[in-house]
Amino acid sequence: MEKLFAGVGAYFLFVKRTFRKPQKWSLFPKQFFHEVNSLGLGSLPIITIISIFMGAVITIQTAYNIESPFIPLYAVGVAARDSIILEFSPTIISLILAGKVGSSIASEIGTMRVTEQIDALEVMGVNTETFLVLPKITAALFINPFLILISIFQGIIGGYVFGVLSGVVTTTEFVYGVQYAFHPFYVTYALIKTVFFAFVVTSVPAYFGYYTSGGALEVGSSSTKAVVSSSICILIINYILTQLLLS
Amino acid sequence: MIEVKNLCKSFDGRQVLDNVNVTFEKGKTNLVIGGSGSGKTVMVKCLVGLYPIDSGQIIYDGRDVSTMDDQEHRALRQEMGMVFQAGALFDSQTVEENVAFPLRMFSNAGPSEIADRVDFCLNRVNLPNAHNFFPSQLSGGMKKRVAIARAIALNPRYLFCDEPNSGLDPKTSIVIDNLIREITQEFEITTVINTHDMNSVLEIGDKILYLFKGQKWWEGTSEDLLKTDNPEVSNFVYASELFKRIRQSS
Ligand SMILES: Nc1ncnc2c1ncn2[C@@H]1O[C@H](COP(=O)(O)OP(=O)(O)OP(=O)(O)O)[C@@H](O)[C@H]1O
Ligand SMILES: [Mg+2]
Repeated sequence: MEKLFAGVGAYFLFVKRTFRKPQKWSLFPKQFFHEVNSLGLGSLPIITIISIFMGAVITIQTAYNIESPFIPLYAVGVAARDSIILEFSPTIISLILAGKVGSSIASEIGTMRVTEQIDALEVMGVNTETFLVLPKITAALFINPFLILISIFQGIIGGYVFGVLSGVVTTTEFVYGVQYAFHPFYVTYALIKTVFFAFVVTSVPAYFGYYTSGGALEVGSSSTKAVVSSSICILIINYILTQLLLS
Repeated sequence: MIEVKNLCKSFDGRQVLDNVNVTFEKGKTNLVIGGSGSGKTVMVKCLVGLYPIDSGQIIYDGRDVSTMDDQEHRALRQEMGMVFQAGALFDSQTVEENVAFPLRMFSNAGPSEIADRVDFCLNRVNLPNAHNFFPSQLSGGMKKRVAIARAIALNPRYLFCDEPNSGLDPKTSIVIDNLIREITQEFEITTVINTHDMNSVLEIGDKILYLFKGQKWWEGTSEDLLKTDNPEVSNFVYASELFKRIRQSS
């Protein structure tokens, strides 16, 4: 328990050192766009696959669960839309990113640590936390909201296509349902969550990578710890934000 | 000039450096020798500030590191170049980018100036055509040479080399030794080299410090070293058959 608190404290100090002014602003844009490309756009294929199938399954399951003749079938569209926007896209996709992006950040920075590349930067006088981590965090804060919007869109399309193909709902009902009683705030809520999660899936793995010591084995274990911890953080933050924003 | 006074360092209660006092002189190649595990790497990492020290003082040309704040320490580090025991090249960057890195980060030089400087440094280490290789495509000796090129890119006032020629063939080893010696004299650098290679010691050692179990055991020039009757030092120097024969024949 004591170790946990010490770790949390060290994490916040690490984050504080990350948010310093970059020593050379002119190098920042290139690093930033490199991270936008690798952390963000590089995740699009997996996000697309997951979103489409998630949307499909949610739609079909909702349709099978609505057996009562008093509930109109367009409710399938409403339910699918709301669960995709509120939970599935922001939370599930962020959990997937915690695995994909998190393990890559932790192992990249961890490898730099154990091969003394971080020491080499330190000896040159570089602020290593800022230099290595700030571009990753800011890139994710910038690009992840777009990824989640895309995922929401793909989820609904997936639900529509597979719902209609499997015959559980018709085009008219689904399209009517998707537009029925739409709360724009739900999208805002999803984006707020996304921003918090983006911060977690980059900064927590960076912390674990940065404080790796040892060799290849430890890089592997840092990367595992990073994924587990950031996933747990996402679930806890998700609970807190849901309480705060939707109640 | 770097003055080290009463330097102590321990890890988890195990004393690794024990009250080391030494002065590394400017324009000279200062060699730190000693067996494996004697504390050479730890000492050089303490000097550059990668390990916090337990007690003692490290003074760079009159500037005491222990009284510096973070900002001043970083500024001082920009005057240092370091070659790590394993090279520590940035493996996501090409050779050219590795050498250009300190220039891009800390100088206001334009692209063409940087390119010229990179060419100069790579020529200096005999790698005129390696610009576009990645570190994983280089041999061990080439990596060491790139690491040296990167360390000298910003014209450091202090150069630290941790075993710059371990794992190299005798010929390349001599080339690297002489390179370090030349730039040290040419640019009046204070150079500290860790080594356990007796060839380098005799070839380029201006001043030699022998570490034994974390203590300064012996200090002197390479001529003194061959004549010393200190048993530990003598054991170290005459460990190989070759040097024993040289002693017998002289
Ligand atoms: N980070 C560390 N944590 C704990 N102990 C360490 C650490 N680094 C070095 N040591 C210990 O300090 C002692 C000196 O190690 P050091 O690396 O300085 O040896 P060395 O003289 O450089 O040896 P070599 O010639 O093999 O490189 C060793 O006993 C080592 O176990
Ligand atoms: Mg060593």
